[in-house]
Amino acid sequence: MSFLSHLINGISLGSIYAIIALGYTMVYGIAKMLNFAHGDVIMVGAYVCFFALNAFGLPPVVSILLAMLVCTVLGIIIERLAYKPLRAAPSLAVLITAIGVSYFLQNGALILWSASPKVFPTIFEGTIRLFDGQLTIGLTTLITIAACIVIMVGLTLFTGKTKMGKAMRACSEDKDAAILMGINVNRTISVTFAIGSGLAAIAGVLLCSAYPLLQPTTGSMPGIKAFTAAVFGGIGSIPGAFLGGILLGIIEIFAKAYISTELSDAIVFLVLILVLLIKPAGLLGKKTVVKV
Amino acid sequence: MERIKKFHLGKTRREKLITFGLVLVFFGFIEILQATGNLSNLLKGQLVPICAYVVMALSLNLTVGILGELSLGHAGFVSIGAFTGIVIAQVLRPAIESNGLLLLIALAGGGIAAGLIGFLIGIPVLRLRGDYLAIVTLAFGEIIKSLINNLYIGLDSKGLHFSFINDNLRLLEDGKKILSGPLGANGLPRISSFIGGILLVLFTLYFLYRLLGSRLGRAILAMRDNAIAAESVGINITRYKLTAFTMSAFIAGMAGTLFALSFSSVNASKFNVDMSILILVFVVLGGLGNLRGSIIAAGLLTVLPELLRSLRDYRMLAYSVILIAIMLVTNNQILVHWWTQRKKDLKGLFTRLRKSKQGGEG
Repeated sequence: MSFLSHLINGISLGSIYAIIALGYTMVYGIAKMLNFAHGDVIMVGAYVCFFALNAFGLPPVVSILLAMLVCTVLGIIIERLAYKPLRAAPSLAVLITAIGVSYFLQNGALILWSASPKVFPTIFEGTIRLFDGQLTIGLTTLITIAACIVIMVGLTLFTGKTKMGKAMRACSEDKDAAILMGINVNRTISVTFAIGSGLAAIAGVLLCSAYPLLQPTTGSMPGIKAFTAAVFGGIGSIPGAFLGGILLGIIEIFAKAYISTELSDAIVFLVLILVLLIKPAGLLGKKTVVKV
Repeated sequence: MERIKKFHLGKTRREKLITFGLVLVFFGFIEILQATGNLSNLLKGQLVPICAYVVMALSLNLTVGILGELSLGHAGFVSIGAFTGIVIAQVLRPAIESNGLLLLIALAGGGIAAGLIGFLIGIPVLRLRGDYLAIVTLAFGEIIKSLINNLYIGLDSKGLHFSFINDNLRLLEDGKKILSGPLGANGLPRISSFIGGILLVLFTLYFLYRLLGSRLGRAILAMRDNAIAAESVGINITRYKLTAFTMSAFIAGMAGTLFALSFSSVNASKFNVDMSILILVFVVLGGLGNLRGSIIAAGLLTVLPELLRSLRDYRMLAYSVILIAIMLVTNNQILVHWWTQRKKDLKGLFTRLRKSKQGGEG
């Protein structure tokens, strides 16, 4: 029974990684940049939700929506000010700018909200008992998994059916051809950032509901792990981010439960390396052939 | 990773001399400040770390700028060098009196250990390309951090004892712990000196310039510019990549030893992704493949937070804003164009002046 409980916890943690990884993978697919500041947008989202709940006493749903709104606007502002002027620059320059933005958000949070950790309130209370009480699952866990599935289905429909979604796919395929077809590439990239950042807010709230300590560095490690999850599944691919996130979560929880708590991170990264050595473009990534 | 059009390698004799001169002038300047008592204590504590960061930036420049592969796990090699150096220094301390000799042996040991690990990691990793290579190096950096964080090493009259995850070294009465897992290494001999650091910087510079001028260096550069073309003229890509990567790890390891032995306590968590990224920032800001740029960027950015100390809480915020601003300005097409035009104008002015002077004499 403990196996089942670990599995469910793993899927739940993996769902959080998957939601964060979606943000990385969509931005990478379209703008070909690693947005290192993504993890810190998660942290901002969690803080906004925390203050909406605690200081203003807003109901949870409104707080989450507010966090999403703030993060979406933040994502658009970051993109406009820091990344847009660098469209033509080498990718390493954009990477360093993203790192600068990440430092900025972390240190801004440090000044605004201080380094002392805040205890995130429980939003979803209650547990569900199965098999005569042998298996208890927290409501947070279930809601996290459900949220991830809803987001996944929503995004797949969005990129598959809507005009904007088609524009996104066209941009990630061939930016120049997309311009020729009359697609506003700049706006498409901004929308991608907005969606990714809005998802980051949800991920932040879910992350802090599961691990309720909130501080300015909260987002960085989950950010890095979600980034590995995106690479693991094949960066640029939405189902890949989902699969990579879930697998990474399960591996991490199992490594913690059955092997060693201290070495769980090392094991996660080792599995990642092994997968990439066998499938160099990730699990669902497209293999690009270099033509001479 | 996109190729950057023209790399400024500074291979001419004059360029090299300017770079060496820069390091020596900095050394002389600091020595004068120290002799006249004008050096603040804060800066004094930063001298050896500055040298260490400069060497780290130079070594990463070999991987990112000269070899053209993005690595996000450089701190892993620094960490291996640091802790190997610590163990060597602690073991040999009773036997060797001279601090300089002890540091030299520790540096060599740290470098060799990091180079060896770099070689072993390089064999599988260098088959990957671009961002995938970056993420795997990041993963290796994290694994190294995690392993060292769980490593316990002790020394007693029977020799070295190792244990993993749990602290069961079972040392004798006369034993002492060198490394105690997450608590790190404490009570270190602070044998790194400023002059040692400067010598290491000079050695690294000499080494890299010699490398760039050699057959091996030219092969590496050819590979970076066009791997397929290089392969077609008979350059063994895997072998040269691995050689450059190993050399880069070797130098990073020495920098790690220098860095660790300038503090009285060090733990493995210090060598995390943030450190790898910090070194990468030095390299990119200094210019890919530009050794002098790496030195200046590493030096300035290490001191910058100290200089911004008057801003107190806002200093890291200011640091990040400066970082973003530099990237935006140096990559702004209009500004770059304007600057090259002004440089051309200035050059033209000088030639005209010289000509009119010659004309006047003749």
